[in-house]
Amino acid sequence: MTGQERHNLRVGLLFISPWIVGFLVLCAYPLVSSVYFSLCDYSVLSPAVFIGAQNYRDLAADEVFWTALYNTFFFAALAIPLGLLVSLSLAVLLNFEARGRGFFRTVFFLPSLVPMVCLAVLWQWMLNGELGLVNSTINPVLDVFNHALGTHWQAPNWLAEARYAKWGIIFTVLWGVGNAVVIFLAGLQDVPRHLYESADIDGASFWQKTLHITLPVISPVIYFNMIMGLIGSFQVFAVPYVMTGGGDGPGRSLLFLATYLYQNAFDYWNMGYACAIGVILFAIILLLTLFATKLSERHVYYAGK
Amino acid sequence: MTAFRYCRFFFALCLLPAGLGLQQLSGAADGRTVIRYWDKWTGFEADAMRAVVDDFNASQDRIFVEFNSVSQIDRRLMLATAGGVPPDVAGIWAINLPVYSENNALTPLDKLARNAGINPDDYIPVFWKMCQYRDHLWALPATPSCNALIYNKKMFREAGLDPDKPPRSIAELEAFNEKLTRRSASGRLETIGHVPEEPGWWNGLWGYWFGGSMVEGDSRITATSPENVAAYRWVQSYPERFGADRLLALRDGFGNFASPQNPFFTGRVAMILQGSWIYNFIANYAPADFEWGVAPFPSNDPDHLRDVTIVECDLLVIPVGAKHPQEAFEFMRYVNTRGPMEKLCLGQRKFSPLQECSPTFFEAHPNPFIRTFLELAKSPNARPAPAVTTWGEYNADMKNAVTRIWTGAATAEEALADVQKRQQKNLDRRHERWHRSEPVLTKSWSEQ
Repeated sequence: MTGQERHNLRVGLLFISPWIVGFLVLCAYPLVSSVYFSLCDYSVLSPAVFIGAQNYRDLAADEVFWTALYNTFFFAALAIPLGLLVSLSLAVLLNFEARGRGFFRTVFFLPSLVPMVCLAVLWQWMLNGELGLVNSTINPVLDVFNHALGTHWQAPNWLAEARYAKWGIIFTVLWGVGNAVVIFLAGLQDVPRHLYESADIDGASFWQKTLHITLPVISPVIYFNMIMGLIGSFQVFAVPYVMTGGGDGPGRSLLFLATYLYQNAFDYWNMGYACAIGVILFAIILLLTLFATKLSERHVYYAGK
Repeated sequence: MTAFRYCRFFFALCLLPAGLGLQQLSGAADGRTVIRYWDKWTGFEADAMRAVVDDFNASQDRIFVEFNSVSQIDRRLMLATAGGVPPDVAGIWAINLPVYSENNALTPLDKLARNAGINPDDYIPVFWKMCQYRDHLWALPATPSCNALIYNKKMFREAGLDPDKPPRSIAELEAFNEKLTRRSASGRLETIGHVPEEPGWWNGLWGYWFGGSMVEGDSRITATSPENVAAYRWVQSYPERFGADRLLALRDGFGNFASPQNPFFTGRVAMILQGSWIYNFIANYAPADFEWGVAPFPSNDPDHLRDVTIVECDLLVIPVGAKHPQEAFEFMRYVNTRGPMEKLCLGQRKFSPLQECSPTFFEAHPNPFIRTFLELAKSPNARPAPAVTTWGEYNADMKNAVTRIWTGAATAEEALADVQKRQQKNLDRRHERWHRSEPVLTKSWSEQ
């Protein structure tokens, strides 16, 4: 390393030092210490006592934890693909050269500016079984069917029935896909025009162009949005927490890993147990991200490579 | 913005906390010790406490109490105490006392109380007992409350019932319920006499009205006792009699508790289990001509089990690590003398936890039923939620059990058996923790 390089390294490190310090103090230390506390009986105010893997053994036998794990996977398995599909479709539509395009882009982005808590409170009322806007839209349609077919279909009490409660949360979260739409739009605008032009000359249809040009070119953006969706879905907390008034929904149908972690840490004084849940959540997200990265090697196209 | 102005702005920001600190010291500029006091109160309840704090400050030349209204006080207090910067006095709920004391978050007050000449006989027994845990005194009461049957007299009259004769037994409650419930032609429930889920704030403790308990001693969970099973079979009878879907639809049409759409105020539910504070909500949200009555909530055996109520109490505590425990206690003692206590309870529209009460207190009290609540709190069947450290989880499990029973996912017996199994294990685990810390903690508590 020459003198100049050493100098550059020092200056470079100096300039990123706020980030390094922030990372060490606010990320690395809590991460390492929560792994340690997950092996302890720790109530925050008394000193932590090392108990080995007891918290993990207790978790394995705790049916509420399994419920939370199932709910989290259920939610992620639906919310991630649906979120990608909805945001990508919206982005493709908003990318058309149509009149009022700017207006529509704004309209679809607006909901994601609403804070999570307001969003949750708003949808709590939208999904109300008796008075909600959602059901007063669905029920007249169902009435037409009921009349014609002699059936007795009725829209569910979204948040009050264990079977439908998670769907209620999924609708709510889908409403805030604006951010992903913007990222997709940026990706779509980066697709080289000449590819479409040559496809047009070859007589390719809209679907053929989407399938063989658009999707491959924006695959890194899809990959990015998928990872973000993965992390967000597994950490879902604010919306169900607010919608259930700090509880866990009918029959614990809205108890997610992050909620259970929070309850144990701050309501039940089981910080060690909460840390163990945190470590498991971390491991799940890490493994799924690694898996997605592995998958992306074959399916994601980078122009620079 | 020029570089210089930018720097100046930045420094001003840095100085902001220091400025606030200076302001905090200004209370002590006259040499008085500043006591930091956190409580959960907001609105008129905070105003009532603030008035008492102002009186205390005016009467003092040594101590100055600085009152702060703090939201989510249970969590904030835990974190502030863990961080070594707790307030000197804090107001917590009695249900949190066991978990706070057992986790070494509070200062034992035995010696301070003895030296100050606090007499346990001055208090209504149940509230004095709520200040204790594991043979130590941890708190002094602030404002108490208890719950009772609150009913809509107009609905009683319309259903052909005597509005001055509320139900005395569960059987009678259900007979009234049938008369008060109205269905539409299609079978939809329009109004209902009573439903345990509205508002369902004590869903984990229905066993009390059937003679049951949630724990025996401090180590045995008794969720599946015959009394509790009877209580939750009664809860189960609701979806069976009225239909789970019909009840869900009815409840979904109910507005928020603290609003004019509260179903009790709109005449959709005739009888509810509520606390003494319901007066404030009726005054604020119910129609002007709303007629209501208060009676002990009926038990299943009124000849032997009378005047059952769940008592709650706000407590004043001194967190571990508080800088001025002596001065903090002096303030707590002041609040617990008759004059200031009655001023506080009148301001918050509650009854006093003290045995003796001045006649003017009742004359000045806006709640016409305050004596009924006070008498209930003095009953031998006035009981608090169980004093175990795991009550938070236990109660969450009980609420979940009620939902399962409600939706038909489990029978009362099955749901309670699941709670029993889980919570016994949970309590055993907490006892292990306690036995590890017990020798050190009990020694340090006895010395303080």
